[in-house]
Amino acid sequence: MKLYDGGKILIGLMVFVGIATFPFYYNIGKVDTKPELKTDTPAIQAWEKQYGKKECVESKEYMRSEHMQLLNNWRDSVVRDMNRQYVSMTSGKKFNMSLQNGCLNCHSNKKQFCDQCHNYMAVKPYCFDCHIQPMEKEENKS
Amino acid sequence: MAKLPKPEELSKIDYTPPKTSWMDTPVVFKEGMFCHGSKPKSLELVGFPNPRDWRPADADWKLPENWKQILLEGIAERLEKYRSFRLFMDICVRCGACADKCHFFIGTGDPKNMPVLRAELIRSVYRKEFTLAGKIFGKMAGARELTIDVLKEWWYYFFQCTECRRCSVFCPYGIDQAEITIIGRELLNLLGLNIEWIAGPVSNCYMKGNHLGLEPHTIVGNLEYMLDDIETVTGKRIKPTFNRKGAEILFVTPSGDLFADPGTYTCMGYLMLFEELGLDYTWSTYASEGGNFGFFTSNEMAKRLNSKIYAEAKRLGVKWILGGECGHMWRVLSQYMDTWNGPADFLEVPKSPITGTVFENAKSMKMVHVAEFTADLIKNNKLKLDPKRNDHLKVTWHDSCNVARGMGMLEEPRYVLKNVVNNFVEMPEDTIREKTFCCGSGTGLNASEDMDLRMKGGFPRANAVKFVHEHYGVNMLANVCAIDRATLPPLMDYWVPGVKVAGLHELVANALVMTGEKERTTDLRGEPLPGIEQKEEKA
Amino acid sequence: MKAIISFIAVLILAAIAYVGVDVLNMQYMFGVVIPYLAVAIFVIFMIVRILRWGSSPNPFRIPTTCGQQKSFPWIKHSRLENPSGVLGVMGRMALEVLFFRSLFRNLKTQLRDDSQLTYGEAKWLWAAGLAFHWSFLIILVRHLRFFTQQVPAAVQLVEMLDSFLQIGIPLLYMTDVVLLGAVTYLFLRRIAIPQMRYLSLMNDYFPLFLIFGIGLSGVLMRYFIKTDIVSVKMLTMSLVGFSPSIPQNPLGVIFYIHLFLICTLFAYFPFSKLVHMAGVFMSPTRVLANTSRVKRHINPWNYPVHVHTYAEYEDDFRDKMKNAGLPVEKE
Repeated sequence: MKLYDGGKILIGLMVFVGIATFPFYYNIGKVDTKPELKTDTPAIQAWEKQYGKKECVESKEYMRSEHMQLLNNWRDSVVRDMNRQYVSMTSGKKFNMSLQNGCLNCHSNKKQFCDQCHNYMAVKPYCFDCHIQPMEKEENKS
Repeated sequence: MAKLPKPEELSKIDYTPPKTSWMDTPVVFKEGMFCHGSKPKSLELVGFPNPRDWRPADADWKLPENWKQILLEGIAERLEKYRSFRLFMDICVRCGACADKCHFFIGTGDPKNMPVLRAELIRSVYRKEFTLAGKIFGKMAGARELTIDVLKEWWYYFFQCTECRRCSVFCPYGIDQAEITIIGRELLNLLGLNIEWIAGPVSNCYMKGNHLGLEPHTIVGNLEYMLDDIETVTGKRIKPTFNRKGAEILFVTPSGDLFADPGTYTCMGYLMLFEELGLDYTWSTYASEGGNFGFFTSNEMAKRLNSKIYAEAKRLGVKWILGGECGHMWRVLSQYMDTWNGPADFLEVPKSPITGTVFENAKSMKMVHVAEFTADLIKNNKLKLDPKRNDHLKVTWHDSCNVARGMGMLEEPRYVLKNVVNNFVEMPEDTIREKTFCCGSGTGLNASEDMDLRMKGGFPRANAVKFVHEHYGVNMLANVCAIDRATLPPLMDYWVPGVKVAGLHELVANALVMTGEKERTTDLRGEPLPGIEQKEEKA
Repeated sequence: MKAIISFIAVLILAAIAYVGVDVLNMQYMFGVVIPYLAVAIFVIFMIVRILRWGSSPNPFRIPTTCGQQKSFPWIKHSRLENPSGVLGVMGRMALEVLFFRSLFRNLKTQLRDDSQLTYGEAKWLWAAGLAFHWSFLIILVRHLRFFTQQVPAAVQLVEMLDSFLQIGIPLLYMTDVVLLGAVTYLFLRRIAIPQMRYLSLMNDYFPLFLIFGIGLSGVLMRYFIKTDIVSVKMLTMSLVGFSPSIPQNPLGVIFYIHLFLICTLFAYFPFSKLVHMAGVFMSPTRVLANTSRVKRHINPWNYPVHVHTYAEYEDDFRDKMKNAGLPVEKE
């Protein structure tokens, strides 16, 4: 088969293949940063000791896909309705709606927890635009 | 021949598509919408296939038994020869941008005249025969069998396209219906399915050098008449030369300019201009056709007819070639001639002997459009012009499809026009330049038996003229195209009575002050010049 | 009718994915085998298609000239609409591909009751077309975050810009809305304009529904029926790393539907009108410069033809020529 304007077409094809297969070669040699979540902070261990199991406000599966929505609702509830009490749909337990004093109380290891997935997925939540990031080392000491 | 309906009736256009889908709506041959079939003699003379007597309206087209095979092989061959064809079969998304851009669709309301559907007529067969999806899914994938009805549909609609390329301007992928029509007609030609109005001129041109079949002595004779008229108007006797070896320039124009008015006035214009310049040029009776109806049959035929121009230039030993006013002629010359019959290395890069301007834009093909040539003269102040002589005219400019969209010569003729007339008005901007509308009768459709089609196809052009006629009193439609000069007069008489048609160089010659001429009292048409009547009354 | 069949076809495709994953548990088939196949078909057959176009030459130089040719220095040459060289063509193509220049010219021709034709602005098709294609591209780029370890900054930037309105959680992507809106418009105009309805084929409706289905399933997955995107990325990364594995945490069936529709699009692409993506770069009326008068264009299959030579012509007419006083070669 003879190709006319072959040079230009081959360049075009190379560009096409280059773009179409980009993900296949881009990652070569890059470290696989699969998220590894650590849920062994002192607070969680203490909780586990007290209640006999690790648990969050809702189930793990729910939290995995809906935590952003939950936090968003919490913010609205606290800021707009001054309501700080959350009743778990899973356990019926009552929780304090608070990022800094609630969530981050247990998950004081933002780098080992929040950031793991967020970095993996290149998600940049704007929580800490306002909230203070936990001072992880100091908290660990206390 | 069916009687032509009145303009009021013809301009009531129904744009409602039929109830049945286009694949299930067989073609109906409407009287007045198609041309006579080609005569056997015309085909035989040039060796075209299947010469026989046939009539398009008949059920039996007297096709060879293996017609389908011929067509399918023809398609396969052309898919390999033309990237345009192969690509345009694949990439249309049917966005419909081309639909209401076609003058035949606007004028007829027939959905199969939307360029996209006209292309689908052949694309559907391509899918069926040449694509996997079409073979598997058939009609669901927009594919259909090539049947005799489909063939007739091709014929009917490929002769309702003037290859004007307006659709191609608007298509996001530049799909050019002209390419598809060119190839469609080439396929039809394999079965001898041509029209006589094309086949006749083609055989004429092949044997006698021009479409009209003017023999050498007739050409000389016709020019003599014009020279007489020029003498009457200017008092000057011009003596052009024919087939003269050693001339600097060969002049080639469409034979229509030699034959009937208003083309003849344009021709008189060339003669007067060249005389005034003292141009060392010659006419040729062998290469006496600039146009190329072969282009409307097949690529090969077009090349055969075109070959005469370079061959004659070589034989006569001229330096370069000057071309007359024409539309499709100039698409063929500028986009095809050098490729077909070049390289014209025996010629020199065209250089105006008057101004010294070198026409770098024609460096390889060595041929210059007379509008370019004259524009350069005027720019360099080489002509004495009295535009007042055209003051009885209010002129508008019709861009011919092919010089606009197949060459891009938009400003040169306007520049000339503005220097030779005082009253110039443009038509609405969406109907000129690259968006210009066809006269409706190009590509050999300018016969008399398809007047319905011509008036419908020319409707958008006429409509724009009517606008400037009514708003600005325009009474002259100027152009650089021999087919326009033949087809626009009846179109104007029908839609916009009171508007006449002129070639650019008729208006140039009207304004041209020639050395030693007598005081002119009439224009080239023998009509009194403005101001003359009053003068006579005073005297 | 053609629209309805196309719609049903897309529904069936979604149902196949649903049944395949939810009932038959064919996660590996739908998560690994089909995606690989689809990408392979897409890349290979696009190349085949382009090579096939390339195997046909451009015998003639046939640009559609949409502006003034280059002639005299004192006449303004339209470099982009009637290019006379490579740079001009590149400019023309850039306008065409990035901004749909030709479609921008679109007009609406209408016949008024007084038989006057009018040419109105008609930019909706252009606007919707442009909105659709650009959104699609941006969405595609955004999705690279599922396919790259350490997501490139450019991708993150695109994502940030796309969501900068900060509506809702997860942040609403503007392109999601624009894409679905544009596709809806493109569909509605096919249905609503009689001529468009008349000329449209299933080949036209099917991709619209398919892309709508892809967009809708994507939107559902992001905003409503959420799935675990970390697991999604584990799957996609395993695919691009050629070590495919279905992640332990189950992925929602909505994800598989989304993926299967995309795979269909990929596999369908090279055999459909969607090849215009590549074809536009090869369209002879756009990519060829208007240089046929300046430089001889070569037709590779140009062949000698029968011509009627001057000698033959003179033989036919010698006496008549002599009588008319015309010079002849042979007495």
